[in-house]
Amino acid sequence: MSTFVMPSLGADMQSAVLMEWKVKEGDRVKKGDVIAEVETSKGVIEIEVFEEGIVEKILVPEETEAAVGTPLAIIRGLDESSAAEEEQSAPDMAAETKEAEPSPVPIQQVSDEPVEPDEPQRVKSSPLARKKAKEAGIELSALAEGDKPVHLAQVESQKGSVTPPMGGMREAIAKAMSRSNAEIPHYYLSTSINMTSALRWLEEQNRNRTIEDRILPAALLIRAVVHVLREVPQLNGFWMDDQLQLSEAINPGIAIALRKEGLITPALLNAEHMDLDATMRSFTDLITRTRSGKLRSSEITQQTITITNLGDLGVERVYGVIYPPQVALVGFGRIMDTPWAEGDALSVRKVIQATLAGDHRATDGRTGGEFLNKLDQILQRPEELL
Amino acid sequence: MSAEEIKEIIIREILEIAPEMSEGDIDSDAHIQRSLEIDSFDFLRILTALNKAIGVEVPEADYGKVDTLNHMVDYFVRHLEKR
Repeated sequence: MSTFVMPSLGADMQSAVLMEWKVKEGDRVKKGDVIAEVETSKGVIEIEVFEEGIVEKILVPEETEAAVGTPLAIIRGLDESSAAEEEQSAPDMAAETKEAEPSPVPIQQVSDEPVEPDEPQRVKSSPLARKKAKEAGIELSALAEGDKPVHLAQVESQKGSVTPPMGGMREAIAKAMSRSNAEIPHYYLSTSINMTSALRWLEEQNRNRTIEDRILPAALLIRAVVHVLREVPQLNGFWMDDQLQLSEAINPGIAIALRKEGLITPALLNAEHMDLDATMRSFTDLITRTRSGKLRSSEITQQTITITNLGDLGVERVYGVIYPPQVALVGFGRIMDTPWAEGDALSVRKVIQATLAGDHRATDGRTGGEFLNKLDQILQRPEELL
Repeated sequence: MSAEEIKEIIIREILEIAPEMSEGDIDSDAHIQRSLEIDSFDFLRILTALNKAIGVEVPEADYGKVDTLNHMVDYFVRHLEKR
């Protein structure tokens, strides 16, 4: 018997609203199954269960705000008998069962809005979205797509930007970045990479593809970073308990700006198993879900390195701030027409500035240099990234 | 399809991607990506949607010819006439 609690989806998160259960009592679940949707400052997140078993009891109703650590459900192992039988056979188990009951303090019913009787079909939404919509004078029914619940992000995007939206997100970024700057002794390296042949190769590839299957240079760069991380694994992991802990999985957090305001860096999970097409597909899927506010809990907690591409904003070079406890951030600027010397000839080439911010507690400049050097080399042989 | 209709479709698809904008924010001669902060990913999504709606696929080599709203309208009109 174990208790499934509201997970922490970032060091800054104190509570979240349980929006919708995806399972019911008696359902069998396995590791990685999405069992509920919660609304946080990062949007709606699908939370996953990390064990196998049967949902014995759901402890928190939908549309309830619950603090991190609040028991949400009880999951019974497959080889365990149900709680009722257990109580009969082993009365001393009662103490443990009791402990798993929801503590009344952190749970706060926020669904104070009564169901309006004249509304034939109540639009589903989180209490927070409902509240904000009411404040802004927005009809929830106007935002509803079919019978899908209306999310806070949709309400925010309808609202004029008088007050900065996503206040929680700003706060989250502020905390993480302050911690980074206070704790991590950064070192920065930069290199110019000639992208001419890689872009020509990509254009050639894309010519034979339909527009839906076209690959963006951004996806090629992600693929190249992941490829090189396999050879330089010291940059892929965490600084925890005063030591570098390498991660076998390569889950690059991709910095994705939201149109309104703010930034989320969800992970492209297990990118080491993806070829170029799969990388592009997952990248597309990740951006789409980030912007519509539909990420999974594993995607916002399991990043092992960050990749920031600010080229679209016209930036030449990125000096990144590492997201703790990660130990590195790879930055890409704009691809620019640049004078380029080769031998004794000078020509104009498509050049990108790749930068690396490294945690100097975990690695030294030599490792970072090796990374950037290999990144340059593999981008001269893009066919190996297919 | 008239130029007016094509323009309407393009505006609709741009606003789909950038819902906080209104039609008045789109300057017909301004660089679409830069003026509306549309990144390469969203730009590709707009072109994909336009391919579905109008039936003309813009190859990467022609991205320079569809950089503003007016250029985009011209491009689609020309390619529809060619048929």
